[in-house]
Amino acid sequence: MTKHSDQMVETGTACVNESAVVKPWYSNLKYLVVGMIFGIVFVKAEIISWFRIQEMFRFESFHMYGVIGTAVVVGMISVQIIKARKAKSIEGEAIVIHDKEFSKGQIYGGLIFGLGWAITGACPGPLFAQIGAGFTVVIVTFLSAVLGTWVYGKYRDKLPH
Amino acid sequence: MIDWIVQPWPWYVAGIFIGLTVPALLLLGNKTFGISSSLRHICAACIPTKIPFFNYDWKKESWNLYFVVGTLIGGFVAAQFLSNPDDMVIADATRAHLQQHGVIDFAGMLPSDIFSWDALLSVRGFIFTVVGGFLVGFGTRYAGGCTSGHAIMGLSNLQWPSLVATCCFMLGGILMTWFGIPFLLSL
Repeated sequence: MTKHSDQMVETGTACVNESAVVKPWYSNLKYLVVGMIFGIVFVKAEIISWFRIQEMFRFESFHMYGVIGTAVVVGMISVQIIKARKAKSIEGEAIVIHDKEFSKGQIYGGLIFGLGWAITGACPGPLFAQIGAGFTVVIVTFLSAVLGTWVYGKYRDKLPH
Repeated sequence: MIDWIVQPWPWYVAGIFIGLTVPALLLLGNKTFGISSSLRHICAACIPTKIPFFNYDWKKESWNLYFVVGTLIGGFVAAQFLSNPDDMVIADATRAHLQQHGVIDFAGMLPSDIFSWDALLSVRGFIFTVVGGFLVGFGTRYAGGCTSGHAIMGLSNLQWPSLVATCCFMLGGILMTWFGIPFLLSL
């Protein structure tokens, strides 16, 4: 591993995607396109709906379990194929998926996020799609989430991990 | 064709598309799927600070910001051009429960009596928007990921810490939905 792997462990998962090759800004536009498709699906399958999240946590609808379950199965098969074939990206880079390291943060943070997920009816992805779909008050939710992230970063050393 | 697009999409269509985001990002540029990191990059980019957690070259992670801007544009496109003209169909039991606790508006994807600029000034609206958002931002970063990074990417890569995180997301959500929300709705 190169030097930045130390920092990776130190700071969580920020630097895992860092590429050795410097690419022009427009090479990022492909991620914008993938994000757009993702956002359209979020709205069309009503994943951005607060009601769908209530249904899920009350076990009164299968919809969200179906969405997440299918996504995990499709993702799992894809990752196994990519690993088995040692596939490279279209830019010729070897595909490397870093392991997630366990910390107690996954328990405490996970529970805290769960509380917020049920209240807002949104995880971070749907927040962006909700704003795009015209629910402008969600800009406040989003800014508050940025603040929450910042407060975590500031008091990170004092929290149990 | 148009009819099919305008109708709400079934869970398996959405699940396949979201699942395919994982290999798409890997094959396009060796990127691992995860959305909550964007909030961290926004902190690093917009709030100048000496906090070590935000002291890194966020520009190297800018693909993540392109992705979430794309998600926002996608939300706009879907709502403007592909929108379902009918009211949402909500499970009867959920609807009855929420009605009993004072939710009035069931027409859109979010109840406007809770999520709107007017409601924001009430205690209830403030908690659902501001406090809720804070918990999402704080919790996802503390957990090192959200539904995309842990539940979808992490589980796809058979990572047991992601399974722990996903179970905790669900547990937190269930506790809040069953014990917290009835109270919060009464405020």
